[in-house]
Amino acid sequence: MSPTQEYLARTRRDFLTTSACGLGGVALSHILAGNSHAAAGLPPLAPKLPHFAPKAKNCIFIFMAGAPSQLDLFDPKPKLKELHGKKMDSELLEGKRFAFIKKESAVLMGSPRKFARHGKSGMWFSDLLPHMAGCADDICMVRSMHTDQFNHHPGQLQMQCGEGRFGLPSTGSWLTYGLGTENQNLPGYVVLTAGRGSSGGATLWQSGFLPSTYAGVRFRNSTDALLNLKNPEGLPPQLQRAGLDTLRALNNNHLASMGDPEIASRIASYELAFRMQSAAPELIDLSGENQRMMEAYGTERATPKGGNRGRGNGKAYAEFSRNCLLARRMVERGVRFVNIIHASWDHHSDLDGELTFNTGMSDQPVAALIKDLKEQGLLDETLVVWAGEFGRTPLGENRNGRKANTGRDHHPNAFTILMAGGGVKGGLSYGTTDEIGWQPAENPVHVNDFQATLLALFGLDHERLTYPHAGSERRLTSITRQSRVIKEWFS
Amino acid sequence: MKILVVITLLTAGSFTASAAVDFINEVQPLLTAHCIKCHGGIRAKGGFSFARKESVFSPAKSGLHPIVSGKPEASELLARITSHDEDERMPPEEPLTSQQIETLRKWIEEGAIWPEHWAFQPPRNTAGATIDSLVKSSLGKAGLKRSPEAGRHTLIRRLYLDILGLPPSPAAITTFEKDTSPGAYQRLVDRTLGLPGFGERWARHWLDAARYADSDGYEKDNARLDAWRWRKWVIDAINDDMPFDQFTIEQLAGDLLPNVTPSQRLATAFHRQTLFNREGGVDPEEDRTKRTIDRTATTSSNWLALSMECAQCHDHPYDPVSQREFYQFYAFFNNAEEADAQVPKDTPGAVAGEEKEKAGMMKARVMRAKERKTFIFHRGDFLQPKKDAGEILPGTPAVLPELPVPAKGKSTRLDLARWIVDPGNPLTARVAVNDIWSRLFGHGLVENKADFGTRSAPPIQLELLDHLALELLKSEWSRKQLIRYILLSKTYRQSARHRHKATGIDPGNVLLHRQNRFRVEGEIMRDIFLETSGLLQHRVGSPSVFPPIPPDVAAQSYAGSFKWKTSTGADRYRRAMYTFFKRTAADPNLIAFDCPDANVTVAKRNRSNTPIMALATLGNEVFHEAAQAMAKKILSNSSLPDQAARIDYCFLLCTARKATPKEKSTVATLLEKSRAYYVKNPSEADKLAGNHRLKQIPAADNAAWIATARIILNLDETITRQ
Repeated sequence: MSPTQEYLARTRRDFLTTSACGLGGVALSHILAGNSHAAAGLPPLAPKLPHFAPKAKNCIFIFMAGAPSQLDLFDPKPKLKELHGKKMDSELLEGKRFAFIKKESAVLMGSPRKFARHGKSGMWFSDLLPHMAGCADDICMVRSMHTDQFNHHPGQLQMQCGEGRFGLPSTGSWLTYGLGTENQNLPGYVVLTAGRGSSGGATLWQSGFLPSTYAGVRFRNSTDALLNLKNPEGLPPQLQRAGLDTLRALNNNHLASMGDPEIASRIASYELAFRMQSAAPELIDLSGENQRMMEAYGTERATPKGGNRGRGNGKAYAEFSRNCLLARRMVERGVRFVNIIHASWDHHSDLDGELTFNTGMSDQPVAALIKDLKEQGLLDETLVVWAGEFGRTPLGENRNGRKANTGRDHHPNAFTILMAGGGVKGGLSYGTTDEIGWQPAENPVHVNDFQATLLALFGLDHERLTYPHAGSERRLTSITRQSRVIKEWFS
Repeated sequence: MKILVVITLLTAGSFTASAAVDFINEVQPLLTAHCIKCHGGIRAKGGFSFARKESVFSPAKSGLHPIVSGKPEASELLARITSHDEDERMPPEEPLTSQQIETLRKWIEEGAIWPEHWAFQPPRNTAGATIDSLVKSSLGKAGLKRSPEAGRHTLIRRLYLDILGLPPSPAAITTFEKDTSPGAYQRLVDRTLGLPGFGERWARHWLDAARYADSDGYEKDNARLDAWRWRKWVIDAINDDMPFDQFTIEQLAGDLLPNVTPSQRLATAFHRQTLFNREGGVDPEEDRTKRTIDRTATTSSNWLALSMECAQCHDHPYDPVSQREFYQFYAFFNNAEEADAQVPKDTPGAVAGEEKEKAGMMKARVMRAKERKTFIFHRGDFLQPKKDAGEILPGTPAVLPELPVPAKGKSTRLDLARWIVDPGNPLTARVAVNDIWSRLFGHGLVENKADFGTRSAPPIQLELLDHLALELLKSEWSRKQLIRYILLSKTYRQSARHRHKATGIDPGNVLLHRQNRFRVEGEIMRDIFLETSGLLQHRVGSPSVFPPIPPDVAAQSYAGSFKWKTSTGADRYRRAMYTFFKRTAADPNLIAFDCPDANVTVAKRNRSNTPIMALATLGNEVFHEAAQAMAKKILSNSSLPDQAARIDYCFLLCTARKATPKEKSTVATLLEKSRAYYVKNPSEADKLAGNHRLKQIPAADNAAWIATARIILNLDETITRQ
């Protein structure tokens, strides 16, 4: 058969099959274009079925960009303290690279923090995280994470997009591409930021080679919750409605004349935009939240002195708390993926002071979020993730011949992430690192394994959730790596 | 005669059970789906690969032949797929169906014909063919006919949007509609192709491929205040119709040309558009390697439509590009380094006064030669050069025509550039015409524009693609001539209206039974709003500008380090292609409409349709200001006697046609409702008009027209090219 004949035979076959199902020829072009939603008159983000039964429905990904120190928060190392000030076994250093550390003179640095066991399982937390420690029985802590990147932007891309390269869709894009979203009046993938901008900036929530339908939409901490949400000044809601009625009528005329179903999709988008104009302000209006809740999250907290990196506009504490509360309101309303980004965990110096500031900001609201979700019965179906892009070195940072080591350098070999809810096992501490926290000792978990598992919690097979790009079927996990789903995390 | 026989056989064959098995349509998809994952580039298990023809006809590691032509019983492939032993049977997960097995058996029995990949063969000439004759013949096979020619207003708007990226003015529309003499359309085409907007529009396509931006990318994302200079070079080259071979040679290797001019040096800034990581603690050599890999991959993807980048770590899983061949290609760019050069500030005559006064030289980022040794990197890791594999010399993939042996020393980037545009290269001209076609029809003849590799089935319109490629060569690489040829075809001039019956037979419009409709690109959204409302400043070239963006967008860049100082005066209203493109905090008015993020080369943009876009065009400052200005423009036009004439004019500006009576009454109702509101709320009327209040008109009328103009600007027809 010639290609033309093959093509015609195929379309004829499809035409007959779909016609039999009651779909007309006009819709067919969309089915063939892979756009079955448009064909069925559904918006592109309409909910879709996963590959298999899911455990989680929504995800709140708290991204601590800059790389928090696992050694001072989650992974106690008495041996490291013992070896404080000593040089490292040079064999371990062979072939390793650092951003700033000078290998020759670098010495180990113990944590000044006190660690204790919490919850029924006895999960370790340092004294910087008293509130989160109280949620230990809901938390799954993975201490044996590792990544391929040791600079921030590539590392952040890998954590969000699977590889340390540009032009790839982020986890939120893949989830909304795979599952759509429950609430058509709000974006399916929302980004909330507090403090200053991250290394990755907007590249962390772009949709890469997926259509921009699946890009993250940034909600703002202001009355104008979404970019361009408000009508132009002087245009009342009733004239917005009247205008859109006119637009719909004119577009419908054109649809009748041109017969292109894209015009129907256009009409639907404008109607969605209109509904968003009321749904988004309702979402960020916290006046209905009770005082107890506001206090639990700490939405009115003043930002203390210090934290020069994490202060942002000086409202970081209140903004971060508000973002956590907003995240709950979003998943409650069916937003699929909420990404809370806070970008000030890159502590090359004054580690202890900076960590005190940042954990002071985040500990209470993150714990409040987990408890709140639980109380509302949302935790079972909401996966909360707390992670940075890599970890920090057991070696103190001795850049530029500094006299005293007060910080730690980038460490891709071993770091810790936390999860709660969404079908993961509470109280599980998974994986270990060696006695100084240099590298995983048991059950190492590559970032891609974590991502494959995250998708599996949502009923998606990371090898089947693909999109054609640059000559191959791409996915969230690298196509050249064998990634594994870690079933041990499932509750 | 031979060709004719084959066609007859194929045609006859398709209706009988004994048809010969077709490798491309029947066998290759099976191998790709079930076998290549293990027996492919990444893991050539058993020592053979279904990605390479020569591999499957030679003994594998076991000594057995995967395929013996004509002998199914001697072919290990067949033995394995039919084995009942679970440990032996392939594929291990699930056996093939008996039908699939039969297909493979029959194919081997028939001689296992494995034709060379179409795209690696030279384009074939169809005698006496034209675009229209080829399209007519393929439509005829499907029992279809071309659509009638589109109406004049549609034609002129389509042409303007495709060629200039701007809507036609009412005057241009009227002139064209009144010109009933023969050749009116051809004259319009020629006039349009001569306008400077042509270079701007088509340069923007090229900037996508070049991953052009005004900043470094990565965390620091420092500004590149001289980047615009190369952008202007592209605009000029396209307006001057610089032949595509020269255009290629100057950008890839201008610095190596004899008697090199500053402009030729500037051209090499194509490969200075890579990202540059200035984050603390970055290994400079690692980042240089990354940029070199990007140059390698971008060159092969953009000119040859081969995705080579995966071969940096391992042999290509599907295409015949080995890891060694990747590093041979890489070696051309490894023998180059980044440098600064002095170039003229701008070509004289092309810009307004201020530039001329400051005439002189400026710095530009360019490339220059620098000899380095290249080694294969184990798994693509620059810290693991495979020294034992020896130095890798610059070279091109063996599957493509041979690179001439250099007279002395190693082959250079100049040799590579000349090889790319050698008429004997089967890919370059095809890739170039496919790109041009896609800009004029919304889809390439090869839909996946960046992949002409072995996974790309021959396009249904292969004859047309080849015809166009040969036309491009015949015109000595004149893109303007090829574009003109396409624009004048009946195929291009068809109506885009959907026809029910034809859609049933040819739903993807692959046979081109009509033109396509599609939303204009992000930049053109802005340009349409600004041009129709009279705000657009037509100045070609110049440094990048800073139209208003929401203040918290720039704050998203690293540590809020970037200050966006909004342009004032004319620079507030330039075409969107001149907007300063900050990689980590790009203008949301561009990004929301699928404008690429400039981090990697892009051959084909997405065309999504989201409520976020609707919110932008309804509420964003830039778009709303256009509505304000449009109301002012309509109301201050004294040649419009009444409301009906004003509505017509508004439609003409936005859609190139007048309103129908039904549309007029719909619009009049909105005008009335709005007027009634603003009569009661005069202060709201003033607010809505902002800085574009027309004093001699009652405030309520002014505001009512703004509330109406914004809706006509948002019509699907306004933002769609059809």
